[in-house]
Amino acid sequence: MQSLIQLEISRRDLLISSAATVAVSGVAAEAAAQSPGNAMTYTTKISFTINGEIRDLDVDNRVTLLDVLREHLHLTGTKKGCDHGQCGACTVLVAGRRINSCLTLAVMHEGEQITTIEGLGEPGNLHPMQAAFVKHDGFQCGYCTPGQICSSVAVLEEIKADIPSHVTGDLTTQVQLTPGEIRERMSGNICRCGAYSNIVDAITEVAGTKT
Amino acid sequence: MQFDTPAATNPIDQLKVVGRPIHRIDGQLKTTGRAMYAYEWHDPNTPYAYGYPVGAAIAKGRIKSIDVSAAKKAPGVLAVVTTLDVGELKKGQFNTAKLFGGDRVQHYHQAIAVVVAQTFEQARAAAALVRVDYVVEKGAFDLEKAKDSAIEPAAKPGEAPPDTAVGDFDAAFASAPVTLDETYTTPDQSHCMMEPHASIAAWNGDKLTVWTSSQMIDWWRSDLATTLGIDKEKLHLMSPFIGGGFGGKLFLRADAVLAAFGAKAAGRPVKVALPRPLMANNTTHRPATIQRIRIGAGRDGRIAAIAHESWSGDLPGGGLETAVNQTRLLYAGAHRMTAMRLATLDLAEGNAMRAPGEAPGLMALEIAIDEIAEKLDMDPVQFRILNDTQVDPENPKRPFSHRNLIGCLEVGAERFGWSQRGRPGARRDGNWLIGLGVAAAFRNNLLIPSGARVRLDREGIVTVETDMTDIGTGSYTIIAQTAAEMLGLPIEKVAVHLGDSHFPVSAGSGGQFGGNCSTAGVYAACVKLREAIAQKLGFNSDDVVFENGEVRSGNRSVRLAEAAGSDGLVGEDTIQWGDLSETHQQSTFGAHFVEVGVDVATGESRIRRMLAVCAAGRILNPITARSQVIGAMTMGVGGALSEELAVDTRSGFFVNHDLAGYEVPVHADIPHQEVIFMDETDPMSSPMKAKGVGELGLCGVSAAIANAIYNATGIRVRHYPITLDKLIGGLPDVA
Ligand code: FES
Ligand code: FES
Repeated sequence: MQSLIQLEISRRDLLISSAATVAVSGVAAEAAAQSPGNAMTYTTKISFTINGEIRDLDVDNRVTLLDVLREHLHLTGTKKGCDHGQCGACTVLVAGRRINSCLTLAVMHEGEQITTIEGLGEPGNLHPMQAAFVKHDGFQCGYCTPGQICSSVAVLEEIKADIPSHVTGDLTTQVQLTPGEIRERMSGNICRCGAYSNIVDAITEVAGTKT
Repeated sequence: MQFDTPAATNPIDQLKVVGRPIHRIDGQLKTTGRAMYAYEWHDPNTPYAYGYPVGAAIAKGRIKSIDVSAAKKAPGVLAVVTTLDVGELKKGQFNTAKLFGGDRVQHYHQAIAVVVAQTFEQARAAAALVRVDYVVEKGAFDLEKAKDSAIEPAAKPGEAPPDTAVGDFDAAFASAPVTLDETYTTPDQSHCMMEPHASIAAWNGDKLTVWTSSQMIDWWRSDLATTLGIDKEKLHLMSPFIGGGFGGKLFLRADAVLAAFGAKAAGRPVKVALPRPLMANNTTHRPATIQRIRIGAGRDGRIAAIAHESWSGDLPGGGLETAVNQTRLLYAGAHRMTAMRLATLDLAEGNAMRAPGEAPGLMALEIAIDEIAEKLDMDPVQFRILNDTQVDPENPKRPFSHRNLIGCLEVGAERFGWSQRGRPGARRDGNWLIGLGVAAAFRNNLLIPSGARVRLDREGIVTVETDMTDIGTGSYTIIAQTAAEMLGLPIEKVAVHLGDSHFPVSAGSGGQFGGNCSTAGVYAACVKLREAIAQKLGFNSDDVVFENGEVRSGNRSVRLAEAAGSDGLVGEDTIQWGDLSETHQQSTFGAHFVEVGVDVATGESRIRRMLAVCAAGRILNPITARSQVIGAMTMGVGGALSEELAVDTRSGFFVNHDLAGYEVPVHADIPHQEVIFMDETDPMSSPMKAKGVGELGLCGVSAAIANAIYNATGIRVRHYPITLDKLIGGLPDVA
């Protein structure tokens, strides 16, 4: 039987050892035995694919996916609005699904496929969603915009995949692409400039439906 | 260029580029993530370090000591600079509270240290090891309690006086057959721009380069130089993209100061961003107000007497939230008075947030107007039309330069289907009680000098340089449109460089003056360039025409590229303003119409439709202007329904200091929004004949929503935000 002491690992130890303890039981005892000054691994080697390019990095275990993108890879299109999962400015696509990259550690993404705003399109060669945002003026200051666009792209996929939302009425029929569905699903992406009305127009146009 | 007579016909009136719905020229950069904001500047050869700020954990008092020993020993730490290390610093002209330096704590989360480390994670971890010993002092944090000790502040030069009075208000109010006397409150609000305040500072000897996020380059440059005690000329500031400001980036903030001190101590460039949870208490906010409004009207519906008093609080040395300003100008009435009182509060600095004064002022006044109209049994649209004035009511010799509030109300009522509005509580759609509301929008047009430099090169490309900023307003685009129009070029031939202190000083972005003033400055510079071109070609500058990339005089014409020659030509000028804003009252006008549904069981309010009609002079670009207005309407929804910095009156800080606790509107809160611009020009405002809309769009929105909620439910809420707890007790029984 494990003694109580071994289970009382501090938050700090957990952070330090998080990468090493993934899916390995019993390692907690070992982590608890470590004390500052001992040889500990603060960094982890990871490899993932970003915008189609394989990137190998040795990162501090505490680094969020957001800060790896912004500070290590200088992909600063992904924005930091709050660093606390409250605004959506940091939205990226991981294996096609949208996540708040500030709420996930880089070391949790070994081997994964990550798409950022830079991977969707570039000046002169815009993704249809980027072009629709320009056309409908779906932004002002532009700071929430990469997150809005990444989120929008994923929202259309979620609706296509028939994943219901809070406002979906009938769960037995295919989810409809309505302004209400779009607004609900986009509500994790705050735009303080208040471009919402135009953003919904842009998404609706890309989806090929009319408001 | 001195602008002291109303604008006559000029090249802008051609409207080949200006006034057209041109998409933002920076749109591709912003939508692809290539626009670089302050924290994102990166030189691969520079070893940047990261600064993490530490904020005071008390609201008022003194710091006895700061123990940084553990922080300094933490992995990766390069330097720790505390407020005690740097000592008292000179305060910038535009700051009320000091940003850093000295042992005094004036408000919660005031910056008291910066920890610099090789990585962000190291800096953040080490910042948590800083130990501070405080001497706590008692502070005042409750406006309601401090109200009675509020004083009449001295009038600041160039600003409106705290008190005004015309006629005999007391007598006229006492004898008026229909009267209203109510008190309204608006809470503290937070700008919550999406990009946190951020700066990178890099020293090179005694020269300092700062990439930052600033609405006003020159104000920041002066105040940062003052704070650091360096020569302004040694300071280079850049802010080409700004992730929103709303007034929160008008004045120098702590990130720039901490980055500068951190960089000096660490001996390398340092990046500092304010963590989101620090922003509400570390920076500025829109102060809460208590407003008393009295209106006396005749049975004919005419206002006989109107009084508006407002109380707000700020730190010692701070200023008023000028919530009575619009009441001095918006409606007729022979007997009137306004007064503002200032209480001392030890919360964070109160200061400008989008439409300071008018935004909270109209939140109260436009409910009061709805109430008095109801007492008179008049339609509130008709009441406003009846009480319109074409002159400054406090000084009837002073006309408005152009005022079409009536047009906004009439067009809006027609388009919105205002005639469907019934008696309070009369309309229902299933579980929803439906109501319509209206409010007038009003915001003054301010004129600030603005400079620009315009170059023509041998490729025929025109490049505009000005320290003007684009905070999402569309400055890049309207400035390009202005230069293109003036020189007869398509917009693709114009490049615009903004937000750099090496460029001529502009109006900057604030007070909705940026669009009109900065383009007027570009106009002035283009006039200089046109003269230089004409002179070089020996053309008579009176009859030259710039069209299709050519300059023509009589039957001679020369391509602009050719006229430029290999060295190119430059025009530079600053627009200066005469007394047209004194002889004439210059303001912008609008009407907001809103339809709400209030859930009969829960009291939840949802906005169903919104329309704004704006009369704001020439609209330079209907796309970007419309975006300004819908964004402002969205902020008005927040102000009406959810936004409130909750004050902990015991410890003295805003409790809900992040985006989870302070609720700004999200997608689900906002319906499709309609905006109509009245077709007009105002030749008194500038050669552009434009005014601003960015703040007008917010003014009155929250009151229109409050009035719609009243129309839906019959419940009058005078204390913002109108959350469901304020409605639920008055809702009809749900059978
Ligand atoms: S930065 Fe990730 S949600 Fe705000
Ligand atoms: S565009 Fe500024 S926050 Fe959305």
